[in-house]
Amino acid sequence: MADFLMPSLGADMETGKLVQWLVKPGDRVKFGDVVAVVETHKGAIDVEIFLDGVIDNLAPLDQEVPVGTVLATVRQSGETAAPAVAAVAPAAVAAPVPVITEVSAEPARSAANVGRIRISPAARQRAQQLGVELAALAGRGTGEGGAVCLRDVEAAVSRHPAEATAATGSDVHRGFDPAQMRQAIAAAMGRSKREIPHYYLTDSIDFGAAAQWLAAWNAERPPEQRLLPAVLLLKACARALLAYPQFNGFYEDGGFRAAAGIHPGWAVSLRGGGLVAPAIHDADRQTLPQLMTAMRDLVQRARAGSLRSSELADPSITLTNLGERGAESVLGVIYPPQVAIIGFGRVQPRPWVVDGQLAVRPLLNVSLAADHRVTDGHLGGQLLAGIGDALQHPDTL
Amino acid sequence: MDKDEVMALVGKVLAGIAPEADLAGVGDDEDLRAALDLDSMDFLNLIIGLSQGSGVAIAEKDYPRLFTLQGIRDYLSA
Repeated sequence: MADFLMPSLGADMETGKLVQWLVKPGDRVKFGDVVAVVETHKGAIDVEIFLDGVIDNLAPLDQEVPVGTVLATVRQSGETAAPAVAAVAPAAVAAPVPVITEVSAEPARSAANVGRIRISPAARQRAQQLGVELAALAGRGTGEGGAVCLRDVEAAVSRHPAEATAATGSDVHRGFDPAQMRQAIAAAMGRSKREIPHYYLTDSIDFGAAAQWLAAWNAERPPEQRLLPAVLLLKACARALLAYPQFNGFYEDGGFRAAAGIHPGWAVSLRGGGLVAPAIHDADRQTLPQLMTAMRDLVQRARAGSLRSSELADPSITLTNLGERGAESVLGVIYPPQVAIIGFGRVQPRPWVVDGQLAVRPLLNVSLAADHRVTDGHLGGQLLAGIGDALQHPDTL
Repeated sequence: MDKDEVMALVGKVLAGIAPEADLAGVGDDEDLRAALDLDSMDFLNLIIGLSQGSGVAIAEKDYPRLFTLQGIRDYLSA
């Protein structure tokens, strides 16, 4: 028997409130399944389980409990084996979602059990974004075998907005509370500035080769397959971090611990204020189109307040990209217990010397803020140079 | 697509990107990206939505022509 615990979703989280179970006692769960929803200042988080077996002893909903509290137990297949430690696996990548999943339409402990409905993952996600109770969709599916699909969710909202969103049962609040988020940012950044001796480096990168390569790539493809400059920056950082793993990890218990993989937290600014930097897992091993898909999905879910626990639990460094309408440079504040943050300003045409001649080139300012307890500026400079070099050869990214 | 259909499409796509956006408050010649605080990901999602909703292929080099409501109307209601 193994325990499923309230996960830690970042250094700034001490407690969490379980607001929905997506499984019933006795259900089979698989490694990577989303089994519960926990409400935090970063929105309602889909909590994955990293155990295989039969889940039972589900904790009651709507109680604020400390990180590490047992939320359920899992009887594992081959139960004679030593019990595994139930925790959010650090390097787990979200498991691929089956085409049709079954989810319980009501929290397991609800007295009014309306049974299970078949719903596509996209529809479930949309329902969550719109605050539509799954129970309100029962019997309204128009997909194969009566499964609820995307159009049914949207139809439900346009038909009866009040009924769909105000159904009885646990009402999961998607989105986030800006005041609460501001407090959490204040706590994490305050701790960072008190505890972490930052040093800062900046450099200029000629973005011409990357811009040219991107323009050629995008010219041949429809909009949904096009790449943004941000994806090249992400991949270039992931490459450089492979060579300089001292920046990819955590400062804990008086020492540095390298992360198991390259899982950069991508800073996403939220409408209405605040930001969140969920992880893009194994960025070094994904192709540019894969990273683009991952990034688009992540930004959308971050803003809808529907991230997954593994994305918040283990970012190994933060990347912040101000984008085309942002400032020219940024000096970041490290998110503890990480040890570095890399920042990119806006790309802009600047006079630049190429082969002894003055030329106008698109320039990009890159910065590093890093923890002096772990590294020095010499190594930091090499990391930035590595990022710059990678961007001179976009075809190899 | 006529101009009204284009505007309906713009409204629908933007509602998914910037739910709080009020198109009525945006001038015809105003840069949508500044007026609605759209970043490059938002703008790409707008282009994807407009392209799929209208059936018009939008080249990346034409993006600057779609920065304003007037520009989008002219581009898509040809």
